Amino acid sequence: MYSDKVMDHFSNPRNVGEIENADGVGEVGNASCGDIMKIFLKVEDNVIKDIKFKTFGCGAAIATSSMVTEMAIGKTLDEALELTNAAVAEALDGLPAQKMHCSNLAADALHEAIKNYKDNHSA
Amino acid sequence: MKRIYMDNNATTAVRPEVFDAMLPFYREQFGNPSSVHWAGRAVSGAVEKAREQVAKLINCSPAEIVFISCGSEGDNMSLKGTVDALRDKGDHIITTTVEHPAVLETCKALEKQGVRVTYLPVDHNGMLNLAELEAAITDKTILISVMWANNETGNLYPIEEIGAIARKYKVRFHTDAVQAVGKVPVDVQKANVDLLVISGHKLGAPKGVGAIYIRRGTRLTPFMHGGHQERNRRAGTHNVAGIVGLGVACELSGAHLDAEATRIRVLRDRLEQGILERVPEIKLNGHPDPNLRLPNTLNVSFAYIEGESLLLNFDMKGIAASSGSACTSGSLEPSHVMGAMCVDVVLAHSSTRFSLGTDNTEEDVDYVLEVLPPIVQRLREMSPLYNRAEPLSCEECQVIRKIH
Repeated sequence: MYSDKVMDHFSNPRNVGEIENADGVGEVGNASCGDIMKIFLKVEDNVIKDIKFKTFGCGAAIATSSMVTEMAIGKTLDEALELTNAAVAEALDGLPAQKMHCSNLAADALHEAIKNYKDNHSA
Repeated sequence: MKRIYMDNNATTAVRPEVFDAMLPFYREQFGNPSSVHWAGRAVSGAVEKAREQVAKLINCSPAEIVFISCGSEGDNMSLKGTVDALRDKGDHIITTTVEHPAVLETCKALEKQGVRVTYLPVDHNGMLNLAELEAAITDKTILISVMWANNETGNLYPIEEIGAIARKYKVRFHTDAVQAVGKVPVDVQKANVDLLVISGHKLGAPKGVGAIYIRRGTRLTPFMHGGHQERNRRAGTHNVAGIVGLGVACELSGAHLDAEATRIRVLRDRLEQGILERVPEIKLNGHPDPNLRLPNTLNVSFAYIEGESLLLNFDMKGIAASSGSACTSGSLEPSHVMGAMCVDVVLAHSSTRFSLGTDNTEEDVDYVLEVLPPIVQRLREMSPLYNRAEPLSCEECQVIRKIH
């Protein structure tokens, strides 16, 4: 059902954890549909220096969280905002149709974290 | 890698004796049992022998057994066939909220045709209130349909008491017994059931064969129209090899029922106690009294984590189990059985079913007990719901409240 890439990111997820005093935190999802993703950012000079995630969810949810952190690290905030769910799914060599919403969540969580950073640092 | 199969409520391996008994019916004895010539005659006896073997296991007459293709067919046939045959008597069915989809979806389809259906609720242990069942009966009630045992929790329903109520009000009683037959004693006379459904692949026969018990004198419109097979009750050329396999599986189950149930019960209890001792913050789903559950079934939720990721981790260790998580059902809703029991939605997503079978050993159980706690811990440490420092949102609070 899942590609080898999905299984790789699921069994060895990258960047799991939390960042203390994170510059931006985004949490999306809904416990009732079984997925909650939380992303923590450390930002320096508008660049994502560190990123961590915590996810409650299925194999695809964990794999997309892991992939999105890998794709976002080192990017500028504006570049990271351009990361789409489709790009995340593609980087994982695709997701089963009924799991596409998981990739939406991963990109959303990243975008929420960036928005949170911008809100905190707009002044 | 070690391979441990603990998903026997989903399906079982064909037993070696069953497989051996089936083989001659593919090549040497390939005839159609409805034919009069040598090829047909050679196999019609085998079908009748299987009918006797099935009848013996559930204590009925062989003439009351009809061979079908699967449990879903039997449930469809029982419900739709009753509605059609008893149209003049009434239009009301009583069932439960925890039935298999083969019953629930059939009821929903019948509702669209104007049939009224009462779905009885269950308590947090998944059990029925029989006073409620009795109170739901009206003079238009034509059928009570209650499963013998629940596929997810293993809960055993008081079929004899329900049978007595049905008899008292002269209402027909159907039971989906696919999870019970072969695991616990099933006696249609004691239970007063009129229609009972058996699925072959749940008890060591192959997929694609089942049987329905139709009490003598029960009017039922056929589901499958066509030839005169099964005394006009079910058309279609007999699945001879499958039927032979079902017969042998029933005979084997009957011969070893008590001993095997006791052996598997000991293993299940060892697994249940072991998980309870080793993993904190879990919830047992189903009746807390193991005597009121199938001897092979354990259903447990692990707080803070999701079922599919748990199953994938088990799978990587060679363990096959199943989950009530939405992600394993292809929908966004977790199990309707967990929902009916008011299990918190997050816990429902992590409900995990271990259903043991004849091939399981104590070594298997100990292996599961060894690999399970670190998997749960690893997933919990990845979960944003676990060990939160900041205040929880309302939705998350609900999960925690249910645990403590």
